[in-house]
Amino acid sequence: MTFQGWIQIILFFVTVIAIAAPLGAYMERVFDGKNTWLRRIFAPIEHGLYKLAGVSPEVEQDWVGYGLAMLMFSLAGFVSLYGLQRLQDLLPLNPQAMSAVPTDLAFNTSISFVTNTNWQAYGGETTMSYLTQMLGLTVHNFLSAATGIALALALIRGFSRQGSATIGNFWVDMTRATLYVLLPISIVAALFFVFQGVPQTLLPSVEATTLEGSKQLIAVGPVASQLAIKLFGTNGGGFFNANSAHPFENPTALSNFVEMVLIFALGAGMTQLFGRMVGSARQGWALFGAMAILFLVGAGTLYWAEAAGNPELAALGLSGGNMEGKEVRFGIVNSALFATITTDTSCGAVNTMHDSLTPIGGLVTLVNMMLGEVIFGGVGSGLYGMLLFAIIAVFIAGLMVGRTPEYLGKKIEAREVKLTMIAILCLPLSILGFSAIATVSAPGLSGISNAGPHGFDQILYAYTSATANNGSAFAGLSANTFFYNLTIGIAMIIGRFAFIVPMLAVAGALANKGLVPPSLGTFPTDGGLFVGLLIGVIVIVGGLTFFPALALGPIAEHLAMIAGTSY
Amino acid sequence: MFAHFRPAIVLLMTLTIITGGLYPLGVTILARMAAPNNAEGSLLIVDGHIIGSHLIGQNFTDPGYFHGRPSATTDVDPDDATKTIAVPYNASNSGGSNLGPTSKALLDRVKEDADKLGNIGLIPADLLTTSASGLDPHLSPAAILTQVSRVAQARGMTEQDLRLLIERHIIPRWLGLLGEPIVNVLELNVALDEIAPKSR
Repeated sequence: MTFQGWIQIILFFVTVIAIAAPLGAYMERVFDGKNTWLRRIFAPIEHGLYKLAGVSPEVEQDWVGYGLAMLMFSLAGFVSLYGLQRLQDLLPLNPQAMSAVPTDLAFNTSISFVTNTNWQAYGGETTMSYLTQMLGLTVHNFLSAATGIALALALIRGFSRQGSATIGNFWVDMTRATLYVLLPISIVAALFFVFQGVPQTLLPSVEATTLEGSKQLIAVGPVASQLAIKLFGTNGGGFFNANSAHPFENPTALSNFVEMVLIFALGAGMTQLFGRMVGSARQGWALFGAMAILFLVGAGTLYWAEAAGNPELAALGLSGGNMEGKEVRFGIVNSALFATITTDTSCGAVNTMHDSLTPIGGLVTLVNMMLGEVIFGGVGSGLYGMLLFAIIAVFIAGLMVGRTPEYLGKKIEAREVKLTMIAILCLPLSILGFSAIATVSAPGLSGISNAGPHGFDQILYAYTSATANNGSAFAGLSANTFFYNLTIGIAMIIGRFAFIVPMLAVAGALANKGLVPPSLGTFPTDGGLFVGLLIGVIVIVGGLTFFPALALGPIAEHLAMIAGTSY
Repeated sequence: MFAHFRPAIVLLMTLTIITGGLYPLGVTILARMAAPNNAEGSLLIVDGHIIGSHLIGQNFTDPGYFHGRPSATTDVDPDDATKTIAVPYNASNSGGSNLGPTSKALLDRVKEDADKLGNIGLIPADLLTTSASGLDPHLSPAAILTQVSRVAQARGMTEQDLRLLIERHIIPRWLGLLGEPIVNVLELNVALDEIAPKSR
């Protein structure tokens, strides 16, 4: 670890702190329907869309209606994306003559993008036509992120409203998130990336004759436009197979810095939107604080592990940390930082190959996802995940003093706690269940590319990433098989929808309740004690549930590595 | 449920047109006007021939060139479409080795390459490890310097001159803060051909 390295980590995080509050304030104006300068441009379009769709923006939905609208929208997205992949060979904008995507891969990819996971069982530049990348994948980068924001708004309204039967209008929230939040910043970011060297063209691949006289076919395409929303919407699906490690998808140290800030931006901004909507900025900063501590611990650990490197390679004379699977322009620190950020959030873009991380480095990425993607988290999903943990935290605090727990003036009762636990428990059920099946079945085992404990890591990582809707991978796993496409697809559905539906039910129940005025016995949820308790709950739920699996995987691998074993 | 059918279809279609059509096409047009060379892949053109891209590394084996990092990229085996073969720096199929830290394949590969280098003391890690993309165009200055004597000999240059050339090609951290000091191997080799053409 170097002084230069820590400066870069600090510089990154100070930037995130600085943009959180303005972003939160801007989003509050957008979702309240107040005037912003963009509204002058987009308002006619917005209202035109509602008219065409038969939506009355002022009519709100209860939690069931809100949930059904979300499910119907996701289903329509799944069907259209599936069709587009199956028909891409017959459609235009396919200069490299890609064939139709096979059924199981198209199924997996459609779920992957609709659930904001962006798990990629395919290599972008070898599978998808430009039309599929734009009209399919880029679109769902926007819409799945906008859906996440809408769902978070619904839960925040559960806290901010009293005696209300409704929690908002899904169509309005989703449309506004797309038009006023995601789209404008993506346009600016995409152009910035072009200036850094990211291609944006509809021309076919370029054939070059190298200095030594051989042929090199260089894949290009409309990369910048997809890159911007891939990060800002915490999607993570790369245009190229190597994702943000590809020099065309992340050409410079500066582009890398901006990519990292874009990944955290909305997760950080959502905490501030929450603080504003519930009328107390301190409540927002308390959640931000818990996230910040978990982030810094993870980043520091991962940086330390990668800088310390692989003793088995050091024995062969190599110096300078673990550079296998990393890019020189990022070096150890920016690779470790990116790996932390992308697994803290549900982004899953990578600028380093996680499969080649040190065992402790890999452990940090796994734990970040197993905690439920609440460390700034996915766009929207990070906040609603964190709020469910907050419900559990106040519930446990209530148990300790024998008092009905309250959060933000809402009584947390048996129904809310039960629903919250259903949502939270579907994570270990899917991760551990599917990992167990794959570990004892022939089609599961045949996907492994590394022997020893690392092979188990590859399986565990795949289902963790899918269930947490992250999308990064230990990419050596041969995941484009019928078995993995199917089971990982199901894990993504569980991770998204089995979490969302109980969460919306909590939102509906809370919105209906009245406010309990704070009394002397009220546990303050905007101070250090609450932040500590919240972190404790997150770590215990995540840590204890997954510890046995982690012991078999990365921990065993670490012990093997320092003992000088190889497989 | 059916009440939601129309808004779902209509909003999906209209937002698809906006975010999947107008947005990428608009960015393409703006990029073409503002930075056409970048938009098309930062191509490196010498005497009207496309040599490659400034951003994409190339496979160098000639002793008179500086060599980039090992690359783990592959391509479909022309004899058997179900198999892949090693094709370093394949810019149509990016990717890393995905070998874990206790992988025997990784350790064997590094040992073999280290033995070829001979006794040069501590080896900069980037020189013998594969990059994440397989297309990394850069090396650290330290890794470049390990190759000076070989290149100088092959080109009939003094090591002193070569070091001065390298010095000029070191790209520092952005504003002295972000990233790592790097050297673009392809650009360095192009410059090398200009000042000391190889006798072919």
